[in-house]
Parts: sequence; C-alpha cells; structure tokens
Amino acid sequence: MGSRLSITLLALAALTTLAQGQDKSQEKSSDIIARGEYLARAGDCTACHTAPEGHLFAGGRAMPTPFGTLYTSNITPDPETGIGKWSADDFYKTMHSGRFPDGGLIYPAMPFASYTKVTRADSDAIFAYLRSIPPVNQRNRPHDLRFPYDNRQLILGWRTLFFREGEFKPDPTKSAEWNRGAYLVEGLGHCSMCHSPINALGGTSQSDAFKGGLIPMQNWYAPSLTSNREAGLGDWSIKDITDLLQTGVSARGVVYGPMAEVVHNSLQYLSDEDTRAMAVYLKSIAEPSPPPPPSSALPTTESSLLISLGKTVYDKNCASCHGTQGEGKPPHWPPLANNQSIEMESAVNPIRMVLNGGYPPGTKGNPMPYGMPPFAGLLSDNEVAAVVSYIRTAWGNRGTPVSAREANELRSAPLN
Amino acid sequence: MFARAAASAAVIVTLAAFDGAAAQTTNQPPDTMAARVEACTPCHGNKGEGTSDVYFPRLAGKPAGYLYNQLLAFRSGRRKYPPMNYLLEFLPDPYLEAMAEYFAGEHPPLPQPAPSEVSKDVLAQGELLATSGDAGRNIPACVSCHGPGLTGMQPGIPGLLGLRAAYISAQLGAWRYGNRTARSPDCMQLVAGHLTEADVTAVAAWLATRPAPTNPAPVPKGTYALPFGCGSQPN
Repeated sequence: MGSRLSITLLALAALTTLAQGQDKSQEKSSDIIARGEYLARAGDCTACHTAPEGHLFAGGRAMPTPFGTLYTSNITPDPETGIGKWSADDFYKTMHSGRFPDGGLIYPAMPFASYTKVTRADSDAIFAYLRSIPPVNQRNRPHDLRFPYDNRQLILGWRTLFFREGEFKPDPTKSAEWNRGAYLVEGLGHCSMCHSPINALGGTSQSDAFKGGLIPMQNWYAPSLTSNREAGLGDWSIKDITDLLQTGVSARGVVYGPMAEVVHNSLQYLSDEDTRAMAVYLKSIAEPSPPPPPSSALPTTESSLLISLGKTVYDKNCASCHGTQGEGKPPHWPPLANNQSIEMESAVNPIRMVLNGGYPPGTKGNPMPYGMPPFAGLLSDNEVAAVVSYIRTAWGNRGTPVSAREANELRSAPLN
Repeated sequence: MFARAAASAAVIVTLAAFDGAAAQTTNQPPDTMAARVEACTPCHGNKGEGTSDVYFPRLAGKPAGYLYNQLLAFRSGRRKYPPMNYLLEFLPDPYLEAMAEYFAGEHPPLPQPAPSEVSKDVLAQGELLATSGDAGRNIPACVSCHGPGLTGMQPGIPGLLGLRAAYISAQLGAWRYGNRTARSPDCMQLVAGHLTEADVTAVAAWLATRPAPTNPAPVPKGTYALPFGCGSQPN
C-alpha cells in the first residue's frame, strides 16, 4: 500500500516536471520575465528589498528586529554589489534552502521558510526578472545585531527548530484552485511570517501556523487565519475575501497597518484567478468550532461605567460614519457590529485604530480610499478605553472591555 | 387564506429586494474629497484652517504644488512626523495630488493674529530679517521668495500667513538641524543654516503677528525672480 502510494506520487511528480519542462521550453524569455515580475509581486520582494526613496531592489532598508537591526540586500543584477554574478541555481538555493551561494546562512527575516515551497520554474522566472532590471551599484550595509545574535551559527539552531525545507506538495484530494491558493499563501505570500505567534526564539512552530500573533517591533496584532473569532474567513463570502485582498476594502472589513502594506505592494497586482484561489484556500483553513471567548479581566462595575462612557464618546465621535448601530457604510466606512477584528481577544488593533486612525491602501480597485481620523489628541486614555470597550461589546459583539492602561501603552507604539 | 399569505410574502420579498437595491446606491459615504480627507481634520481643521494646537499648520490656500511636495515627503519619510508618515504610507501619487488641490482650493478666513509674547525689540529684529534680510550673514529676506505679501508663489512656495510662532519656529529649527529637508538645491536649509536661535524666535514671532492681506492667494508662477535656485520651485 505504502509503496503503491509512493509510486503514484513519483509518477505524479514526473508528470508535473514534464509539464513544467514543456512550459519552460515554450515560454519566450519576455514572457518569463513578465511572469517573474508578477511572481516577485506575489512574494512582495519590494517591501524589504527597496528602501524609501531608494532604487528598486537595491536594498538598504533597515529592518528592526528584537535582536537588532538588519539591512536588506541589493538584489539588482549589479555584478559587484548585487546578484549579477549569481546563477539561477544560486538563486534557487537561496530561496529554497536559505543559504547564500557560498553556503553562508541567511537570517530568517528573509522568509525562506515559506519561499522553500516555491517551484524551481517560478524561482527561475523571478531570477530572470531580477536579471532584467537596471543594476544599481550600492554596497550592502552590515547588519547591526546585538551579541550573541551577531553570530550566524545561531541560525543553525533556529533552522533545526523551525525550518522544513521542501517545495509545495499539492494535495491530490483538493481542487487545483485550492492547491494554487495554498501554494501562494504558504509560499510566495509568506502569510505565516506575521499570522503566526512568534515565540521567544523568533520562530513559528509548524502546529501554530496561521494561528495569529503580535508582530514584533510593530505592535500590530496579526489575527489568526484559522479562527473564525479572529480573521478566520470561514463565514465570509468568496467575494468579500477577494475584495479585501485586491482592493483593501470589503463589506466585512478593511485592511490597515502592515496588512495595508501587503495589499498595496503585492496583493492588488494578483490576477482575479489567483486572488480567488487564495480566497478559496483561506476560507477552507478556518476552524468550524471556535473556542469560547475568554472572560473579562476587569471588574463588572468598572466595565459597566466604562461602557456607558464609551457610548457617549461613540455617539459624539464615531456614529456619524460607523452608524448608531455599528452598521457603517461598507465598504468605505467599515461596519463595527459583527466585525471580527473588533471582537477578537487581542484589543491591540481596535485601540490603535482609535488612537492613530489610518487609510486603507490606495489600490487599482480603490484609488482614493476614505480615511479614519486619529483620535490620540482628542480622547483621554480613559475615553479611548471606554469607546473601544463599547464597540467590543455593543450590538451583539462578543469582545471584552479594555483598560485605560492598555490604551495608554499603545500611545507609544511605533507608527512606521 | 394560503394564497393571501403567499401573496403577502411575495410583497415582502419584493420590498426587501427594493430596499436592498436602494441601500446599495444611497448607503455610501459622500463621493467627495471633503469626506475622503476627514482623517486630516482633527489636526488641520475641517477646511484646513488649522486647530487650536499651535504646532499643527494651516493648509488652506497654500499652493497645491507645495502641499503635494509635503505629502510626498511625509509619505517617503523624508519629512518626519510619524502620525503623518503612517497615514500617507500607502496612498498613490494621484490621490495625494487631489488632496493637495483640495486644500489649496479651500479659503476659510485667516485667523486674527494672536498678541505676541516677545518684546518690541525682538519683533523689530524679526521684521528687519523678514523684510530686508541680512546680506552680511547671507540671509535673504523672507519676502524675497515668499512674496512681498508673504502669500507665497505658485506652484511650490508656501505663504507664511495664518501660522503660529511655535510652528514656524519648530520648522525653522528642523531646517537648521537638517531634520527637515527638501529636493536639492535645498534653499530653506541653506537659509536656515545661517540663522541663530534668536533670529528664529524673532522671525517666527513677527510673522505670526501679520494681519490678513486683502488678497491672501499665492501669486502666479514667475511673478518675481527668486534670489537663488530652489529644488521645490521649478523655473
């Protein structure tokens, strides 16, 4: 039985390789470059490898981490300071194994734990695209990591614990569309880099993939993609999911913060088919039976006072856009009633939205987004806590109240 | 009986469908720039007239080119103010241009100048620098670029009226220390580099006392020649 399965898988793999080989020989080099550009968008390479006001893919962007600051590398085809001397093999090895061509270890801020799932053909296309862009002579800046994290040998330990090398294996029991979505989400999309809890070692264990977590250094909460109590999309329509991914706004909610960046740089450029495939996959990984909500840590009298103050603050400042019943005017003024990102256990995102406001990304589908005003200067810590407690518990929302202290702590959260 | 119930049900379904269609067309935010820039209003006022916070500038009536340059600089992080950098980070150029045009086209009245907190001597020193400069120290007069009426020039030179002393002084300080920069040649950095702290206090105080002119609009491009090149003001 086991050997028959292996043979079938081998045969499947052979067929896939054959198909890819045929595709490759028929594909013109300009088509490969165009496909590579598309895939580089899907992988959001520019988010890290292009500095603000810097040249495309010339690196030099500072990436603050809990272990110090990393500076991203130049991936233009400059032979001296970029990847001009690399071969397609070198590039694939970097993407697939997280090692430089000379075997050196790459810091896992580069999402090679996701990119390892990328196929050889896709890796080659991205490489062909990167070879086609203008070379920029700009030397890589050395990383600035604290002892002992400046010792690259430590990466070996991280790799043993958290890195599983290997290309994406399609699930033959699922549709081609589902598999395409899974390939994009788990591979180039590297969604698990944020949407998984980060442990003290800076890694994500396989069993925690997509279960949500606070993004280190940014202090935004990346909600779970598997829990319907967070950003699980189990009860969303496919259209609402594709709207959110492609345009940044939807009838169910709007993207802000780090997810606005992902939609802006990457997801808005994906084809309708790929976006739909991601939606189908994301909808399928949501858990059907969510765990019960946690009970509030705040005493009841205090929370009822907070919530009654919260209603006053809400009616005065928020209801004109979000509606007296939290119904909003979707997609531009998002609903707050039955909005998972308001109700979920972590109140970080709703508190930050009240304090800092924000614009969804400007996209092809929504080029002039409506913005939420920042209230940090208008509301006290107590008022912020009150209004967030109110929206988390009103209109049937099943969130819990938050304290003025939680609101105060997020006033100093980094904004960029 | 059954037929009547079915008929009523059909009516209800039709009404519900009608409601749904109506909701889709009318239950949307106003399709206006005013509604889109509401995120700006807690700090800059409903029409960009400014608020009681002296560090937040008036935007209304400034040349659109100047406002657009600032939006670009905040988006890229060249001009540093985290709440602004954050709001603009993922907005495309044409939208920032539309925002700049919107506030440039708003003309709420200029505020009454507040009484100054500095001495007459300091104000006189400020007036001298602003209107005549100090050739010996390579300081041009403010009016030589910002216009005889201090209302600015299209498309890139801002008017200096309707701003509070605290804001002007903070900005001149940022130029002096290199925290605020602009496209090369960075004329304001060159000018501010020659100013002392006392100069900054005096100029900021005097500018904040200026009453509204009859015509607060920026003068057209090329109305006068600039004393030196400026990256923000194409020739």
